Amino acid sequence: MMSVLVAAEHRRGALRDVTYEAITAGRELADERGGDLHVAVVGGDVDGFAEDVNREGVDAVHAVEDGEEFDHNAYQAAVSTLADRIDAGAVVLPNSVNGLDYAPALAEDLGAPIVTDAVGIAYDDGLTVTREMYGSKVETTVDVAGDRFVLTVRGGEWPPAEGVGDATVEAAEVDIPESGARVTGFEEVGGGDVDIADADVLVSVGRGIEEEENLELVEELADALGATLSASRPIVDNGWLPKNRQVGQSGKVVTPDVYIAVGISGAVQHVAGMKGSDTIIAINTDPNAPIFDIADYGIVGDLFDVVPELIDEFA
Amino acid sequence: MKVLVTVKEVAEADDDFAIEGTDIAESDLEYDLNEWDDYAVEAAVQLAEAGIADEVVTVTVGPERAEETIRMALAKGADRAVRVWDDALEGGFADVASKVALFEAVVDEEEPDLVLGGVQAADTGFGATGVALAERIGFEHAAVVNQLDVDADAGVAHVHRELEGGVEELTDVDLPAVLTVQTGLNEPRYASLRGIRQAQRKEIAAKDLADLGLTADDVESALTITEMYEPESESDAEIIEGDAGESAGRLAEVLREKGVSA
Repeated sequence: MMSVLVAAEHRRGALRDVTYEAITAGRELADERGGDLHVAVVGGDVDGFAEDVNREGVDAVHAVEDGEEFDHNAYQAAVSTLADRIDAGAVVLPNSVNGLDYAPALAEDLGAPIVTDAVGIAYDDGLTVTREMYGSKVETTVDVAGDRFVLTVRGGEWPPAEGVGDATVEAAEVDIPESGARVTGFEEVGGGDVDIADADVLVSVGRGIEEEENLELVEELADALGATLSASRPIVDNGWLPKNRQVGQSGKVVTPDVYIAVGISGAVQHVAGMKGSDTIIAINTDPNAPIFDIADYGIVGDLFDVVPELIDEFA
Repeated sequence: MKVLVTVKEVAEADDDFAIEGTDIAESDLEYDLNEWDDYAVEAAVQLAEAGIADEVVTVTVGPERAEETIRMALAKGADRAVRVWDDALEGGFADVASKVALFEAVVDEEEPDLVLGGVQAADTGFGATGVALAERIGFEHAAVVNQLDVDADAGVAHVHRELEGGVEELTDVDLPAVLTVQTGLNEPRYASLRGIRQAQRKEIAAKDLADLGLTADDVESALTITEMYEPESESDAEIIEGDAGESAGRLAEVLREKGVSA
């Protein structure tokens, strides 16, 4: 028997989807080893959240009142205490920005190994995790020694838990030590004059463009197609385009009719922001680039050869 | 104030690569400074230039080959470097806890006020070492920092953390702290020729487990890579063949079918 503990994630009053996906992954693990699935909700509207996470397959929900928003100190203390209290063999958390802000400290605290960014799990005498390496070019299976571990699961890899469960819901008292890190507020980034989320056609440019002066070429393409220009993270990091043009997990999520990815390899964080596009077209020199896995049409070729020809077609 | 920067030399796979056993063939890998760590080095050097940091020391876990990458960080302005390696680390896959054990020993020797590192490494993508280290050494921490303002007098780092969906969290972190940084934090400089020359004279202290007061048991990994393979593509993408002119022509047809026109 192995109890599994999943910690919910919420922001600004709402649970995030990754919470329900983590519950599915946690249930899978509990089924393979035989054990109960516990879910912790920490901070915010814990009563409302406790009701929301009580999905099919959840055996117990623990509600820890503490502040309104995420605080890694409180999360670590709450999850660590609960893990010990229920003798959890596995703690499953979303592989999110906030997950990564406390999961490694939690693992250290519990003296348990951590495996992050899991895309698959199997349990047979021990845990085997599937994860990617070398920028998603390869997948690996990783065996984890020991009876207790912390796992963070990649968003979008498990279906969200559904239905209504019959979990016991309890308020949990946890001693939370004083923290030397204080959240003072939130800030929206971007703004600007263009909302790429509104565009029907996006021409999106990535690292393959190489130099800032080459951006002119994709701007010309966007003009020729009556499209809006967007970009992947490195272009924005370099300051070549403003933040409001960034597509991806930490930028905007876009769902245009047509998304043309020019010189974008398709890192998972980028794909998270554009996979909902109706038609995805990729132009890239690397035939193994992950962008081709989600593209509807692909050209394996040099953007500096293809894009000028495409501009000519619409001139 | 002393700043310690964790720097990793990461491997990148060529477009065409072969898998040998549980890793990519050595001949198909190229080594470079981890992109995220480059931003951490820049942040530390900027703190030194602003008179906030007195010394910037880098620490790397890696074999002798990694010294080329370490010299890059030194050429960009770090004062000196520590490189940790041991036969016991050869071949295996170091888990987070074993890397933390090595960094903890270096922290004990160096006694930094601030530890900076990239939020993740491009090769393994674990994203966990910095925060786990903070817990081990009793420092405060913040992960995924994309804006940093250190108030040394007040002993506080004011940071922005980049959350998903275009939202940033503003957090005050008491020093000493470990901060893991996101790309975009600053503009990493290129190493100047002068910097590269100077870097040749800077110290890289090589240390093994015994030097750090550790044994092989301290770095025993709980993780073993058992398989590596190229992921099966579930793609049903239509790959448009032909030279640039032909493929652009066919793509233009597709776009027109989808209603795209200027």
